[in-house]
Amino acid sequence: MAIVGKKPIKDYEDVIRGKIWLFPDNVDTDAISPGQYLDDLDATLHHSCETIIKQFPMEVKDGDIIVAGKNFGCGSSRETAPAILQEKGIVAIIAESFARIFYRSSIARGLPVIELEKIPKQFQTGDKIELNIPKAEVKNLKSGEMLQGKKIHPILLEILKKKGLIEVLLSELKGESE
Amino acid sequence: MSGKTIAEKILGSHSLTGENVKVNEIILAKVDLIMSHIGTAKVFLDFQKIRPPKKRKVFDPDKIVVLFDHYAPAPTEKWAAVHDLIRKFVKKQGIKNFYDIREGICHQILPEKGHIKPGMLIIGGDSHTTTYGTFNAASCGVGNTDLFYAYVSGKLWFRVPQSIKFEISGKLPYNVMSKDIIIKIAGDYTSEVAIYKSIEFIGETMESLSIASRMTMSNFALELGAKFAFGVPDQKIVDWLKERTNDSLDLIKPDDDAIYERIYEIGVDDLEPQLSCPHTIDYVKPVSAVAGTKINQAFLGSCTNGRFEDLEIAAKILDGKKIHPDVRMIVTPASQEIWIKAAKSGIAEKLINAGAIITNPNCGACFGAHGGLLAPNERCISSSNRNFQGRMGSNAAEIYLGSPATVAASALKGEIADPREF
Repeated sequence: MAIVGKKPIKDYEDVIRGKIWLFPDNVDTDAISPGQYLDDLDATLHHSCETIIKQFPMEVKDGDIIVAGKNFGCGSSRETAPAILQEKGIVAIIAESFARIFYRSSIARGLPVIELEKIPKQFQTGDKIELNIPKAEVKNLKSGEMLQGKKIHPILLEILKKKGLIEVLLSELKGESE
Repeated sequence: MSGKTIAEKILGSHSLTGENVKVNEIILAKVDLIMSHIGTAKVFLDFQKIRPPKKRKVFDPDKIVVLFDHYAPAPTEKWAAVHDLIRKFVKKQGIKNFYDIREGICHQILPEKGHIKPGMLIIGGDSHTTTYGTFNAASCGVGNTDLFYAYVSGKLWFRVPQSIKFEISGKLPYNVMSKDIIIKIAGDYTSEVAIYKSIEFIGETMESLSIASRMTMSNFALELGAKFAFGVPDQKIVDWLKERTNDSLDLIKPDDDAIYERIYEIGVDDLEPQLSCPHTIDYVKPVSAVAGTKINQAFLGSCTNGRFEDLEIAAKILDGKKIHPDVRMIVTPASQEIWIKAAKSGIAEKLINAGAIITNPNCGACFGAHGGLLAPNERCISSSNRNFQGRMGSNAAEIYLGSPATVAASALKGEIADPREF
């Protein structure tokens, strides 16, 4: 089943640096994880986001960051959407807004998601940025520009720090038996 | 202190971190019901991470409903294996509320089988779980990992949403349906109008609508970003549900002085049939603006519009006529109950005689993985809820979303057509 990625969830870090991919508004989960390939991980890896940015599935690298417009991840509740982006190496997503299921599934999977009210027009695919997750600060390392995003709620930040909700649950269960 | 919205009341009564919940606060709440379909397989896999194995127990098997509606019956060996795994899991966990491939689409089955009640807090492994808002339940979709957490613990975190109201007034014109209202709202206010928000649909039009028509709106509200999508809390809900459950049914109504971020007023007296045009649901035009566009396929079904009244209006338009020879019309009733009613009432025969095919109740062509896929450069008119590029097959195909009446009228003419002419 495609819904299980092969890569383990990355360790949480407060500050990450990476190259960005600029995505438009309303990127839907069918574009990220097409319905046709839900039973095929390789095909999903091959076709993910191809209708948005043709070269994305071929050229995305481990450690890259997505910077998107409004309503990122709209549509289906399929968790293969954030999962496949993690599998492709994406380490964080910054967007003007997120569809709510995509947002909460990303948190649940330990994938940092930061809301930034307005993505500056100067941002381009390939720019390097530095993201401070707890402070929700985004620094464009090319222009030096610093932007303030919306801070992740402390309760949700804790879930990210523990590498997602499965780890949270497993440690809660462990706590019960001790 | 100000009053409370429906969302604030239901979240408050389920909160484990204080009853007096505030907008934007994150709370931990107990859930009354969990629904999952194919994603149950991932829940099963996550269960295997729990040590020791004897702790692999769901929190309450009677508060979980599992069913098969996507990929039902299994279209490939891989999906057959997934179904097999889920069947064994539900048996082992003692989940009695399991509906195998025979019943139909989750969002129709749960209300029909009496699982939904006013005031409940429900999560589902399907985005259109907002549909149960019609029955005065706070219900929303989540991903598989959230499902797993709730399956084991019976609780989950929620952000308390801001609420908005859509006040609908006026009388819908002939062959104009609730789908046209919600598509019009998408066009006027975009697919972001309700992100993270709880919608309450109110007004005289809502009161006059059938439960099925209201469900269309609570369902499609997800496409506007909604977390919850409540219909009017009235006696119609109670009358519909009491045929299906013996439990007490107490409506949750908002306080008069509850705070809403915004109230949108929509008049429908002059509403034309509407279409979401390719490839976003909020790229909306009246049918008249695109009439004449050739189509290859017409799909009548889905959790949005696969109910009896949807089949009925289509049959009325197609009765005694033949659909255009270049059009394939696929009809997928949302449940067996609807299928049987369509058969007994003669509606199924009318649809078949007009040239449509009727499939077993499932998610079908809507999600592009199981029957009714589109070839490059083909065009489909669909009563479902998504027209994203590639949703129903080829990335080079186009999907127009409209009401069941518009789907039927278009199937007849072989091109997008206005149902008011029939």
